[in-house]
Amino acid sequence: MSTTLVDVRALKKYYPVTGGVFRRRIADVRAVDGVDLKLDRGECVGLVGESGCGKTTMGKAILRLHDATEGRIYFGQPPAQVERAEALLASANPADRAQGRAMARIMDLNRMRGRALLALRQKIQVVFQDPTNSLDPRMLVKHIVAEPLTAQKLVSARDIDDRVLELLAIVGLTSDHLMRYPHEFSGGQRQRIAIARALATSPEFILMDEPTSALDVSVQAQILNLLKKLQEEFHLTYLFVTHHLLVVKYISNRIAVMYLGKIVELGPTSQIFERPLHPYTRALLSAIPVPDPESHREKIILTGDVPNPINPPSGCRFHPRCPHAREICRTAEPPLLPVDSGGRTVACHRWREI
Amino acid sequence: MEPHAESPVPAGGAGTLALTRDLFTNFYTFEGVVRALNGVSIVVNRGETYGLVGESGCGKSVTVRSLMRIVQQPGRIDSGKIVLFLNAANRSRGMEIVERTEAYMQSIRGSDISMIFQEPGAALNPVMSVLDQVGESYRFHRMEQMIDETLERLEKDRAGMAGADPRRALRRVQAVFLRAEREGHRRYAARVKVIDDELYELEERQDAEARDRKHALDHARDRTHPRGGSSVVARRVPFLRRYRRPLDATIRAHVVELLRSLGIPNPENVAQRYPHELSGGMQQRIVIAMALACHPTLLVADEPTSNLDVTIQAQIVELIKDLKRTAISSVLFITHDLGLVAEVCDRVTVMYAGDVSETAPVKELFRKPLHPYSQGLLASVPKVQQVDELSMIPGAVPNLIRPPQGCRFHPRCPRRMDICEREKPATVEHEPGHWVACHLYPASTRSAS
Repeated sequence: MSTTLVDVRALKKYYPVTGGVFRRRIADVRAVDGVDLKLDRGECVGLVGESGCGKTTMGKAILRLHDATEGRIYFGQPPAQVERAEALLASANPADRAQGRAMARIMDLNRMRGRALLALRQKIQVVFQDPTNSLDPRMLVKHIVAEPLTAQKLVSARDIDDRVLELLAIVGLTSDHLMRYPHEFSGGQRQRIAIARALATSPEFILMDEPTSALDVSVQAQILNLLKKLQEEFHLTYLFVTHHLLVVKYISNRIAVMYLGKIVELGPTSQIFERPLHPYTRALLSAIPVPDPESHREKIILTGDVPNPINPPSGCRFHPRCPHAREICRTAEPPLLPVDSGGRTVACHRWREI
Repeated sequence: MEPHAESPVPAGGAGTLALTRDLFTNFYTFEGVVRALNGVSIVVNRGETYGLVGESGCGKSVTVRSLMRIVQQPGRIDSGKIVLFLNAANRSRGMEIVERTEAYMQSIRGSDISMIFQEPGAALNPVMSVLDQVGESYRFHRMEQMIDETLERLEKDRAGMAGADPRRALRRVQAVFLRAEREGHRRYAARVKVIDDELYELEERQDAEARDRKHALDHARDRTHPRGGSSVVARRVPFLRRYRRPLDATIRAHVVELLRSLGIPNPENVAQRYPHELSGGMQQRIVIAMALACHPTLLVADEPTSNLDVTIQAQIVELIKDLKRTAISSVLFITHDLGLVAEVCDRVTVMYAGDVSETAPVKELFRKPLHPYSQGLLASVPKVQQVDELSMIPGAVPNLIRPPQGCRFHPRCPRRMDICEREKPATVEHEPGHWVACHLYPASTRSAS
């Protein structure tokens, strides 16, 4: 029986654009513009999209590395309570809405402070894209891996070394590596150190922000296999942010495709790869170079670039590049609607026809 | 280092466009000598798309930078040969370029061979507009043609004007200076041709006399510049300088036409802009435009899509494929993405730590990789139909200051033998067209073939 671990509701993150003499706010970069996403315990959801589509912003909001502009993030809250709070917030009655807000204030990660937040931070960890930048060059590996433990005061000073060794062993490093600096390691080993650090507090959820894109192919395979092994071993939940679709295919149970701050399609990995419904997903999938010279697939080449998120196109945000756009796509924004009972959703007016 | 016997690589036949033979390029850093290339021999044929694959630090970029003679400090080509077959009259006649001077290289770079760089943001000059950057290729390599076209247009203009029109006189003055400038370029081209022809004559000879003569010719070529008679003065005088405006217009027309042919929307507008105003995909198109301006025979593409999104990558790859069909003869495509290799290339070379591991037609390589490294590399890429666990190559790429002895892959190799630690394997043609450097495939097969 799977239960929801992370429940993101109507998440928005706007970055202000200032201008004029008084640096007034003149526009917003709508990096994430109303995203709903649920992650079950022990699953890995791949968040895919092109650069600038808001996938990293979304991940950072879940980590509370920055505060979301709007929306709620429930982490590890009982689903019944979450549903109740959401129902109250959506109701027409002002008194109900006030009660809903009061409930959300306690449960919403986005509004937590102090001790409650610190306690949750223990359960949420992250592995960043480039281990060269995410590891402090002036700290020993020993201290890097121990830092979350000391910050959270989880382990007594006496046991820290044992715990660090245990963590390094989990990711395939040894006690020889303990007293070295990050620059002495190769890219793959550095990423292993970053993973060991993420595992230090025994988290439930790890955000993977393109953990393999700075690595070589042969090392990428090592890291992917390690992540997969760890997920099974520790029953971890991953949100795997990447633009590399074949990596996502390998590691994820479900895929969420983002375009310009919105999720356009969500569903089980195998189904999305077998039968992509949204025209953007189709183009994305057909654009992957397949490592097989014998395969001759029909390629969908999109024209143009990703539009500017300061003033995204009206209606469906994909319509200027969509080969199937009609009048309705220009005017009305398609909601993310379920396709079948299998948990697939798509935001397209015409997915049935095309 | 002992002198190396010439590796038995596919010889430069009539179809060869460029080849390197036993190329050693080293970087002299503070930590020590980085032995980036360890005897690299590749052959690019006319009309093919040739792929160079490998992980970062395997020397694929250094190989093409050596080929273009743009290895950066503190790097140096220490030994080996690079031969280009660019002679239009006689295609089997090559020119060895490691010894040629910078002036010679400048005349072929961007004209006969040109390069698309990895990071478009860094390859473009931030203080030059797109028009100036793309137009530079025309100004540098195709001036005579540009002036020709300008004069033709001026003549047509003049014919269409009334006899008393003062602009007629202006056109006439412009034409006088332009003709003087063209005369300079023509004389220059003629002189260079004489020198190059003699260099081609001397190419076969190795004796001391020939070498001295080559040196003399190289320096003569260095000192040769286009001189433009009266136009030289006119170009420096503020008002007279304007005689070149029609020429600028010609170049602008060419640039806009080129941008349009590359599928850039609204090219007139884009030409006026500066690189930072353009998106990554657009910047990469501008870099491609610069490389293609003079219709090169060989286009070197160094990871042209590695920083771009998949959908933009698909656009750029499609563009290069199209251009390969229509405009350019051969493409040397460098990438670490085996998917792209499968899609774009005809023949592939797999490199590892400065060594050529394997060279084969692309289908052959994917169907039957021979070298253990190629096998590991192919197996570690996630496939579309990936079901079981990804296989992986243990360990990491070695440090090239102290590369492993013998075969550089042996510390990571699953099929390592004793000999691998002692001897560098020779490159062997295991099957027709399929070359591999590994002790698993002993040289006896070579003597048989």
